[in-house]
Amino acid sequence: MNSETALEVRELVKHFKQVKAVNGLSFDVKTGTCFGLFGPNGAGKSTTIEMCEGLLTPTSGSIRYRGEPLGPRYRERVGIQFQSTALQDHLTVIENLRFFSALYPVRRSLDELIALCRLEDFLDRDSRKLSGGQRQRLLLAIALVNDPELLFLDEPTTGLDPQARRNFWDLVRDIKAAGRTIVLTTHYMEEAYLLCDEIVIVDAGQIIARGVPSQLLAEHFNDSVLEVPAAEAPKLAGSTLVGTPKGDTLEIQTPDVNAAVAALLAAGVSLAQLRIRPRTLEDLFIELTGRGLRE
Amino acid sequence: MKASLRRIAAAAWARSLEFVRDRSSLGWNLVFPILMVIGLAFVFSGPGQPLFKVAVIAPAEAKLDASLHPFLDTPQVQFYREDSRDAALPKVQRHRIDLLIDFTAAPPAYWVNEQSPKGALLERLIAGSGGAALHREVTTGKSIRYVDWVAPGVLGMNMMFACLFGIGYVIVRYRKNGYLKRLNATPLRAFEFLLAQLLSRLALILVVNVLVFGACRLLLGLRMEGSYLDLLVVVTLGAFSMIAMGLVVSARLASEELAGGILNVISTPMMVVCGVFFSMDGAPRALQIAADFFPLTHLLNAARAIMLDGTGLAQLGYPLGMMALMSAVFLGLGAVLFKWRQD
Repeated sequence: MNSETALEVRELVKHFKQVKAVNGLSFDVKTGTCFGLFGPNGAGKSTTIEMCEGLLTPTSGSIRYRGEPLGPRYRERVGIQFQSTALQDHLTVIENLRFFSALYPVRRSLDELIALCRLEDFLDRDSRKLSGGQRQRLLLAIALVNDPELLFLDEPTTGLDPQARRNFWDLVRDIKAAGRTIVLTTHYMEEAYLLCDEIVIVDAGQIIARGVPSQLLAEHFNDSVLEVPAAEAPKLAGSTLVGTPKGDTLEIQTPDVNAAVAALLAAGVSLAQLRIRPRTLEDLFIELTGRGLRE
Repeated sequence: MKASLRRIAAAAWARSLEFVRDRSSLGWNLVFPILMVIGLAFVFSGPGQPLFKVAVIAPAEAKLDASLHPFLDTPQVQFYREDSRDAALPKVQRHRIDLLIDFTAAPPAYWVNEQSPKGALLERLIAGSGGAALHREVTTGKSIRYVDWVAPGVLGMNMMFACLFGIGYVIVRYRKNGYLKRLNATPLRAFEFLLAQLLSRLALILVVNVLVFGACRLLLGLRMEGSYLDLLVVVTLGAFSMIAMGLVVSARLASEELAGGILNVISTPMMVVCGVFFSMDGAPRALQIAADFFPLTHLLNAARAIMLDGTGLAQLGYPLGMMALMSAVFLGLGAVLFKWRQD
């Protein structure tokens, strides 16, 4: 551990009766970075993050914040956004903010917070009447009322439409730019890839890979993926290209995109619906586990 | 300390806003008890209960039947045992019972209220029963209308429901929907949260009941012999103890159905044995002992003593002490058992 480590997690284990939800996780979160726990639903991400938040007691293992075990004042210094949170009925956005703000000894100016999370347009609205994106922004603002050094976001964009998700990512980038440390769980590969400086891929309570997302992909893959409609598959019979069918599309992995496209043209495959994409974290997950993120 | 008070105040304020803005349930809390008191006043405005009620003081080994005195064989009269004349005589004076017979007095005597027509009738029955003559003692006192007696009962019962369900359901709902889990992630401590819920509920119940009491007094001319301040003290302590009781029930549950069932199991016997609608004088001893364990019994005894007899707080040490003791026990138990999240 060095002075830059915010959170140090060692051999973390959590058992619920017969279920081993988390099975010996170790990782470090560096100060000022965004750290991602990436994996499918049920992988143990939320259990892990709740232990890091100090809300669940580990069965065994240790968690240290800035070199110290999580003490009683830890809650004053961290901000938490749960996967889903109910708020009190009949309270407006501003009343919710004032309430949560009053619970902390150190408080951030609410005006600043409102501007940061873009809440201006619905401050006096009953929190039950917010859209999904507005609600997540309010919950983020609540997680930030104490100006935390460390922010936990548990699946923050689950259930949001793509536009709201992108807006939320912008907010997270702003927070990161302000020097905060963020720990995030997600099962969206794009979210992990775009926001996280470092990720661990978790499956069945264990870490199966770790690193910087772009480097992780570079380490495991040196190719790209060409996608053509599955109906074109018979035309490739005599070609050197090998495709894997995936639903309505045929995926062709190749290290040399130019040569592959030439081969497709030579085989008479229509390029009208061709898609070329780089390898993703989901591909990596499939490579490592032999199954998809949502299986 | 200051931070703790700020947290309690913030949580109590947030909860109060939630309650006050829930217009339908607020309206119900105000209107229902008034309607209930008026309804009961209407139903019981007739000549009263047909049965005669007579208290008997007799040696422990004696049976309350014809062997003691032929009058005790009168089928239309309910005879029940009292231990002391001091306790029984005020009931004759207030027309709660129609006659008192003391076989341990020398000579054996009966006490009758000269302002009670039923008492006069019973005197004739004694004379005509053919038993040994009983010495006649006279006492006086104005009759208390049933509505004066039942109104504190109904308001107290209603307050009990508001206390138990008001706090119980809300905390269970908060736990079920994960709001408690969110609060647990803040520096708010369990006892601060519970105290905030309790204070918010207490303040709202007091405000609602002052309004309801005022309305009943205006509409029905309820009797009020004692001090309003004393009544407020008694009601505050009574409500506090019943809210604390609700905290114990809601300490761990995460199912509103289960909480509702348990709260019904607690509130139904309270409604029956605490003397809401009818006096528990003459009820089996076991029921009276059971009633002693419920805060509502002590609230009603103290409130009726103040309202009907003008008793001061100094003479209400027992009910006040019991309510204070129950408050402390329930609050402690509620805080120890409390869990933020469902397992």
